[in-house]
Amino acid sequence: MSPVRTVRPAPPSKRARPRRLGPGDRVFLTVIVGIPLLALLVFVWLPALASVGLSFTNWDGIALSDIRWTGLDNYREIFTNYPPFWPAVQHNVVWLLFTALLPTPFGIFLAYQLDRKIRFTRIYQTAIFLPMVLSLAVVGFIWEIIYNPDNGLLNGILSGAGSGQPIDWLGDPDLNLWAVLVASAWRHTGYIMILYLAGLKGFDPALKEAAALDGANGRQTFLRVVFPALKPVNIIILVVTVMESLRAFDIVYVLGGGTGSKPGMELLSLLITDNIIGESSHIGYGSALAVVLLVVSLLAICAFLVQTFRKEDK
Amino acid sequence: MTATVTPPAAGSRTRRATPTGDGPPRPGRQTGRHLLLGGIALLWLVPLLWAVYTSLRPYEDTAKHGYLSWPHGISLENFSNAWSQSGMPHFFWNSVLITIPAVLGTLLFSAAVAFFVSRFDFRWNIALLMFFTAGNLLPAQVLITPLYRLYLQVPLPGWMSDSFLLYDSVWGIIAIHIAYQCGFCTFVLSNYMRTIPKEITEASLVDGAPVWRQFFQIVLPLCRPAFAALATLESIWIYNDFFWSLALIDTGDKRPITSALANLQGQYFTNPNLIAAGALLTAIPTLLVYFALQRQFISGLTIGSGKG
Amino acid sequence: MTQQSRRPFPTREAREPSRRTVVRGSLGVGAAALGAPLLSACGGGPAADPKTVTFGSNGADATPEKAYAAVTGAFTEDSGLKVKTNTVDHDTFQKSISTYLQGTPDDVFTWFAGYRMQYFAKKKLAHPIDDVWEKIGSGFSDAAKQLSKGEDGKYYFVPLYNYPWAVFYRKSVFKQRGYEVPRTWSEFTALAKKMKKDGLSPIASGYGGGDSWSILGAFDYLNLRANGYDFHMDLMRGEVAWTDRRTTKTLDLWRELSGFYQQGAGGRSWQDAAQSLLDKESGMAVIGLFLGQQITDEKLRADIDFFPFPEVDPTHGQEAVEAPTDGFMLSRKPKNLKGATKLLAYLGGAEAENLYMGVDPSNVAVNSRADTGKYNALQKKSADLIASAKHITQFGDRDSDPGFISTVVLPGFTQWLGHPDDGAALLKKIESQRSRFFTA
Repeated sequence: MSPVRTVRPAPPSKRARPRRLGPGDRVFLTVIVGIPLLALLVFVWLPALASVGLSFTNWDGIALSDIRWTGLDNYREIFTNYPPFWPAVQHNVVWLLFTALLPTPFGIFLAYQLDRKIRFTRIYQTAIFLPMVLSLAVVGFIWEIIYNPDNGLLNGILSGAGSGQPIDWLGDPDLNLWAVLVASAWRHTGYIMILYLAGLKGFDPALKEAAALDGANGRQTFLRVVFPALKPVNIIILVVTVMESLRAFDIVYVLGGGTGSKPGMELLSLLITDNIIGESSHIGYGSALAVVLLVVSLLAICAFLVQTFRKEDK
Repeated sequence: MTATVTPPAAGSRTRRATPTGDGPPRPGRQTGRHLLLGGIALLWLVPLLWAVYTSLRPYEDTAKHGYLSWPHGISLENFSNAWSQSGMPHFFWNSVLITIPAVLGTLLFSAAVAFFVSRFDFRWNIALLMFFTAGNLLPAQVLITPLYRLYLQVPLPGWMSDSFLLYDSVWGIIAIHIAYQCGFCTFVLSNYMRTIPKEITEASLVDGAPVWRQFFQIVLPLCRPAFAALATLESIWIYNDFFWSLALIDTGDKRPITSALANLQGQYFTNPNLIAAGALLTAIPTLLVYFALQRQFISGLTIGSGKG
Repeated sequence: MTQQSRRPFPTREAREPSRRTVVRGSLGVGAAALGAPLLSACGGGPAADPKTVTFGSNGADATPEKAYAAVTGAFTEDSGLKVKTNTVDHDTFQKSISTYLQGTPDDVFTWFAGYRMQYFAKKKLAHPIDDVWEKIGSGFSDAAKQLSKGEDGKYYFVPLYNYPWAVFYRKSVFKQRGYEVPRTWSEFTALAKKMKKDGLSPIASGYGGGDSWSILGAFDYLNLRANGYDFHMDLMRGEVAWTDRRTTKTLDLWRELSGFYQQGAGGRSWQDAAQSLLDKESGMAVIGLFLGQQITDEKLRADIDFFPFPEVDPTHGQEAVEAPTDGFMLSRKPKNLKGATKLLAYLGGAEAENLYMGVDPSNVAVNSRADTGKYNALQKKSADLIASAKHITQFGDRDSDPGFISTVVLPGFTQWLGHPDDGAALLKKIESQRSRFFTA
């Protein structure tokens, strides 16, 4: 892999290693890195590879002897003859764009605003982060009573404002994705805010002062000094946003009633669940869907990581 | 992007002695900021307050008058019913047994890996980092079938699991949480650790401190804000998870708190007000964790050390 | 790797003490938490205890939980065998049934009759119970016996109760407005039209969120009435194409009916829909007897009545009744086979039925020897309706592959009901997935 090569030039430039690692150090390092590595291999990568293998088979998940090799059939079916597949891809893209363009920058903006000595900052933070703290059951429930067509808060406010026909927020396939995205943004903003805030706390305030002395205003200070200096945190935010959008699952699952994909809000993760969890499962088919999602996620993240690390090492 | 990084860094080093913390507030602009932040905070709270309002009303009232109506009686009855009807104390305890070891394990292990990949220039650090991070990119649904098979094969002694298997035991749930969450935490922590100047650890190496002391006494404390944020997030995720226990636990009494809520969800009759109350009750532990750790990422690293 | 400092060095004095206590403290908590399961796990084990039968129950609601406790308690008194009940909420139980049955299942477990039961019998995840039926057989009708057999002709299921689906209404509304109970399709649609003119939502409707299953009641009945029992079952079992002309006819009828559905149904729960019937905002509801559980004001109960789904084609009349049946099965490798067989025989007897119905009166006993004396009016009428049926069906998601129904048919139907125009496109979409679910 290319990352291995990119690291090599880095060490000699800056510093000479002061001391070799002793045997105790080696044991310590081996243990603390080895245990999680082993756990990751056994509990995550092994099953994942098994799933990749299963994606070329047809299996109901019951008797191992029933596993039948079908080659690329599952993939062919998914791309050509699975009605919810392409809508799901489209919704995942919409999800990504929406999340990257609205709640993520907004969360960063809020973090920056809150990272100063003003009164009530804790109260503001708590209020905005609260949606993340709540369990999905609460979140699902909250938005159900807001979006309820008969006596939900939203339609109540709208009808009070004189709009006639009640709007079926979660039932209308043209609307429900956006309704869920609002709920998701409600949580995501606080998530990003808290991650960024933790980053900003590690940021040297003296830098900001220096910028202020140079006559930079708040926006300039942020864009020219703070934002670039927080690159590692920015990477986290970006990766988190991409990951959350591609894997988006729980809030749609809960608002869809916990039974799988719904018209208008199909997502890849839900289609996987449809096929794997439940009474009659299609493990091979579901695994193939999962592999598609996996490949897309890995491509997105790896491309990004390789690029950032390479730039940095040069 | 990268070009701008270096010059300010030098400046920061020279200023490290000034314990000023944040710059002095500029009073003129604060009112606008308070209006803005207060407005947003309030908007963010509206949905939650609406749920609290619902949970305080008896079902008969809302069934008759609808949810958008003035209350005809407010009581905590839904809360006490939810508490007793769903066996909540028992499930709370189950969740504690899963969440605490899982969160601590995740943070400890991922800090170790992050420490390793960010502090030592071994060639494969980025590969290792990717290996961990990619593990977290795998959708949980991909893992569940093979994992279930695996869990059925792993025997545990009877004192650990009364099923004698990793399947249907808390250990299995803790293990998968740690393995699954490690990637994300490693990624975040290693990125934070990269902002810690290497001179600090190298200075200690010169002093002859062993690596484990470096790790526990220097690096970990420096990552406090990141730890606080991650501990909060991980507690929330692990505590609220229902997916792993769906396929990996088959005894109702061993399931986490999320299933207590499901117990309130009747097969044919559901009382939404009761569920609202139960759901709000389940949120209390994560709220407590948040409040307990909030100070850590509020006070932040620089201010804390500056004051010391 | 970059290593620029953007932060002052922390002073060591400030750091040390607090950090140490934090680490030590948290390790202590962790150790305590790790220790706890060890203590509680002592003593248990899978070694077969001949005096105990394990029972996996999906009755986590307060009422069924109490009812099952009454039944198992009486069994213990009767036989001296202890019953260890493992209760998991209904939803989770259903979702994890497949892993549950392959893992370490309880000896006896609750389940549903129909294709759903036969599927697990076929996959060898259930144990045949012909010996149980030798003891309990005389209490059950032929229809009930048929319902309890797998595809191989062996018994796998002991029924406990069922409940009919029908068209429910409020007597007072019909009386006040002078409506008459319709018997045929034309009378039914005429009545719905009249209700609409009177400002009622003719048919209460809510299939939002997780409630999309509720629309199958109407589909099943329309298909049964228009095309007959045999075609319906063939369709459900994936033996005929969904693009069949007859299914198109069913959708045509449904399109007509959907014009009378309550507005905004796609986001409403069925409970809210049922509530609108109780509140006299809707005129009728196609629903099961469990509607009764929605009633909080007991005075209302006497005002609720139902009529069988109207006739569409005289050749099929109203001969089929949709009556989902719940009961018990025996897991693949029960730890205590003898005890479990005893328990199943007890559960299939009249005494267990009476005990259960005594606590949970919202269903109808299947065992014909059960005491019907304490039935309320709705239960009596339900029992009569089921007894008069020539064919009993279980419900869309029980007579068919549940995965097919929940991931293909229901999303298709709910989307179509939003704009019920092109039935052919919908059926083609469903048909394209059929072979994936029904192969061998």
